[in-house]
Amino acid sequence: MTRYILRRLVLVVPTLIGILTAVFVLLQLIPGDPAIALAGEKATAQQIEKIREAYGLNRPMPVQYAYFVKSAVTLDFGRSLRTHQPVGKELRQFFGATIELSLAALIIALLVGIPLGVVAATRRNTALDYGSMIVALLGISMPVYWAGIVLIYLLSFRLGIFPIAGILDSGIKLRHITYGYVTDSILTGNWPALRSSLNHLLLPAFVLSTIPMAIVARMTRSSMLEVLGQDYLRTARAKGLRERLVVARHALKNALIPVVTVIGLQFGGLLSGAFLTETVFARPGVGRYVVTAIGARDYPVIQAVVLLIAILFVLINLAVDLIYAFLDPRIHYG
Amino acid sequence: MAQRDESLPAIGYRLSAPALEQTARRQTSLWGDAARRLRHDKAAVAGLAIIVVLILVAIFAPAIAPHSPTDQSFINKLKAPSRNYPLGTDEFGRDTLSRVVYGSRVALRVGLLPVVFALILGVAAGLAAGYYGGATDQFIMRLTDILLAFPWLLLAIGIVAILGPGINNVIIAVGIIYVPAFARIVRGSVLSIKEKEYVEAARAIGQPDLQIMTRHILSNAWAPIIVQATLSVGQAIIYAAGLSFIGLGTQPPAADWGVMLKSGHEFLRDSPWMGVFPGLAILVTVLAFNLFGDGLRDALDPRIR
Repeated sequence: MTRYILRRLVLVVPTLIGILTAVFVLLQLIPGDPAIALAGEKATAQQIEKIREAYGLNRPMPVQYAYFVKSAVTLDFGRSLRTHQPVGKELRQFFGATIELSLAALIIALLVGIPLGVVAATRRNTALDYGSMIVALLGISMPVYWAGIVLIYLLSFRLGIFPIAGILDSGIKLRHITYGYVTDSILTGNWPALRSSLNHLLLPAFVLSTIPMAIVARMTRSSMLEVLGQDYLRTARAKGLRERLVVARHALKNALIPVVTVIGLQFGGLLSGAFLTETVFARPGVGRYVVTAIGARDYPVIQAVVLLIAILFVLINLAVDLIYAFLDPRIHYG
Repeated sequence: MAQRDESLPAIGYRLSAPALEQTARRQTSLWGDAARRLRHDKAAVAGLAIIVVLILVAIFAPAIAPHSPTDQSFINKLKAPSRNYPLGTDEFGRDTLSRVVYGSRVALRVGLLPVVFALILGVAAGLAAGYYGGATDQFIMRLTDILLAFPWLLLAIGIVAILGPGINNVIIAVGIIYVPAFARIVRGSVLSIKEKEYVEAARAIGQPDLQIMTRHILSNAWAPIIVQATLSVGQAIIYAAGLSFIGLGTQPPAADWGVMLKSGHEFLRDSPWMGVFPGLAILVTVLAFNLFGDGLRDALDPRIR
């Protein structure tokens, strides 16, 4: 097992180098001169040259690449060309909010999706099964930005249950640690902020959860159906175990193995959905941060965001593989 | 045949002549079997019907739409649904129904063309990776790993940033997102098919690689590719509309469901119809492709239920 983990960790390195190179090439391909973008339209040739010198933009390509790799390895991305703030600091603020939204959505997706799939599988071909699967199909087919718009109209504008937009009521002060607003409220024991931030989080998190929820429900159902036909379940029933226990202890535990993989694969979709959800609900987050950065050719920011997300993705895949090995002892890792 | 239907009676002396004849007639090809199963799948038939209607709406949009999709009329701006404007009007007084009708043209383009693009590139990459193996395989698979490491929206935004906004670049961007999926599916099929005796036979009589790949391998690998393609169309429509929604896709004043949602979002409080109806159109369209794709998958692979 240790050997497997080590080998898996070593394999991460070439993938990361590939991603790094891909990002570098991509940045070179974006049309427009960052020095001009930085200096502004009215800058003189001398000013532009000065900026080019300061940011190393006049160096040969391989040297620029080396700098690029160095900044990635040391996680020092310099300052934003647009706001002149350190990228690391800005990124931390926006990332915390986006990650919190994504995690909240994932939790909702699991809490609703798994029971939905189990019910559908154990009551196969009943109205409950069809109902759950129709809900799941709608979830997959619905654009999150539209779901957001419809729910804001109904629940915020018409019924006034949830706030229309934003992340925290204005006037509430919150000391930041992780920049996940709900998390920070709990960590600092700030109850008014917790109420407000939860209130702002619930609707976007639910909207974002629809697609992973649907996918988890469908996966749980088909995986359960497969497991329910196995011999060891017949044995469990034969020895007089109650059906609830059979389903919960023997079937579900095994059926969840493929579900774990699916959750890992959902991460990219979840972040993309988070970007769109942030736009709909006007929440600060990485999505809007990077879209603005691309518009302004803010290279340090684009580079940092893309790298961070890619690294996160690689690590999540690693975690999924390891959880998988833990859950399924049949898999032998040499 | 791997796809043999277990419910069929075994052919034996007990069968009467008509029954024998029926059994013989029912043992058709993979595609024939699939088509028969598909016809009995009500959800898939419903999905296909909606797709056909959508195509007809797109073709006959000028005849169906009651108004022009782009003509502005400031006296009629932000009108609620009425007899003259069944789905209301937008901030420029344009008829929402007509824009939804014309939007089907864009939707079909951004749904189908990226998938065709990804299909061509992905099938070629997957064939090469699976067939040649070794370094070719490693290179292509690591490339797909890298593409898969980015959230689709970030990848699409990056590509659109390089190519510039607009519908054609969105088609390319969304297409690139799908290349890895096709490459992996094709590679998987190729790996199992290339071990078959008939491929070995083809190689033994000296057929060129390209011919073996297309005539013997690809022709037996279409089923999962077509399922993936059908399910991708719906998703591609959501992706493209998402890009339009954040302002990078189709540019106004074109009648595009994503663009309509964007302005619908701005005028949500007082004119909810502006955003609700184009979104509903996306939902129904994507649902149709998903229903049909699910049915196709069940029909082509009867082992999965």
